[in-house]
Amino acid sequence: MTLTQHDIDQEIAAERAAYEKRLADGGPVEHQPRRDYAPYRSSVLRHPKQPPVTIDVSKDPELVELASPAFGERDITEIDNDLTRQHDGEPIGERITVSGRLLDRDGRPVRGQLVEIWQANSAGRYAHQREQHDAPLDPNFTGVGRTLTDDEGRYHFTTVQPGPYPWRQHLNAWRPAHIHFSLFGTAFTQRLVTQMYFPSDPLFPYDPIIQSVTDDAARQRLVATYDHGLSVPEFSMGYHWDIVLDGPNATWIEEGR
Amino acid sequence: MTKIDTSRPESVLPTPSHTVGPFYGHALPFRGGEDIAPLGHPDTVTLHGYVTDGAGDPLPDALIELWGADPDGNLPTADGSMRRDPASGGFLGRNGVEFTGWGRIQTDANGHWYARTLRPGARGRSAPYISVCVFARGLLVHLYTRIYLPGDDAVLTADPLLSGLEDGRRDTLIAVAEAAGTYRFDIRLQGEGETVFLEFQ
Repeated sequence: MTLTQHDIDQEIAAERAAYEKRLADGGPVEHQPRRDYAPYRSSVLRHPKQPPVTIDVSKDPELVELASPAFGERDITEIDNDLTRQHDGEPIGERITVSGRLLDRDGRPVRGQLVEIWQANSAGRYAHQREQHDAPLDPNFTGVGRTLTDDEGRYHFTTVQPGPYPWRQHLNAWRPAHIHFSLFGTAFTQRLVTQMYFPSDPLFPYDPIIQSVTDDAARQRLVATYDHGLSVPEFSMGYHWDIVLDGPNATWIEEGR
Repeated sequence: MTKIDTSRPESVLPTPSHTVGPFYGHALPFRGGEDIAPLGHPDTVTLHGYVTDGAGDPLPDALIELWGADPDGNLPTADGSMRRDPASGGFLGRNGVEFTGWGRIQTDANGHWYARTLRPGARGRSAPYISVCVFARGLLVHLYTRIYLPGDDAVLTADPLLSGLEDGRRDTLIAVAEAAGTYRFDIRLQGEGETVFLEFQ
């Protein structure tokens, strides 16, 4: 039996109903997806069945996980944050600028830390050999960027709008356009890999990956805001996306939490 | 809304995690990611193993990050894990001298990974360990675990994490000694022998 979008839609609806019931029964708001979210089929054999073992970081300020690896000017080049300038020619597509702040759970900026991004090209094709989608590759676009946050935790990228793409999990499965982000905080506990989406994408309801975040407000936090002030005249459309890292850091101990 | 108002603490809520997906291979791995130890350092250890799923099948597309202290128990502050060549934009590899404590390794087609790093020293109340973060297609939120090295049973027994685990589960966090200075550490995401994974609060 071919798995259809209708099958997945029903599973997504059931997961949403289950979350609403957990909330109604007094359960907590779930900011993160559940690792066993089955409408995303790849999760089925890849999530632990045992609950994680909790480590109370306030009991030991010397934990390795309370510090973070360091990155510096040696680890990036000048054009890393401009994905439109990494080849001889200009990539095809609508140029965009993406900017925002990297914050911790207390709203403090994470300064001088590494932000890495990767994405499909404007036709929805990754520059990855195992990619099977037959949309054209763009010789002028690799789709990889890096930067360090500034003293206010700000990052800034220039790139092209990625295209949506089919991914074969089920018949007619399409991923909404997105940019992958990899982030470090001041503690290894704050490590985050996620995806940024674009406003009002019609594919949101059909995509089990974004829908794995069952909480409506949490899911909205994955969607960038169009920001006319970030649009560059005669050049690019601007999007704003602030990122808040989960997980405790050393300031939690200083404050006695 | 994705402009966070930091003047209102209740509005500062975490950005959800997502899977790393299958197509990070041209973006995240870098030359020398697995060679964390400075060249010729006498305290170098080789760590290796497989990452497997609930059917026991190896993952050819897992990404592992290691983060650990130096042999004196100090946490590295050096950058330069992924030094770049400003002329070509490519990776230069590490400088062979400094220890950044951090590495990133993609499993190969057999689901195998290896890294060479320095034997960590103890910190605080814990036995020496290397922190591990696992990413993969299918894994909606990354997983943390730890690699403890065997040898000093008294130290391992006194570790606050290990001492709270049943024997069978505890063993999933302790690497197995092979040849001198080489240790095997498998990561089983699900099922029999499932690795102990951690959350921090």
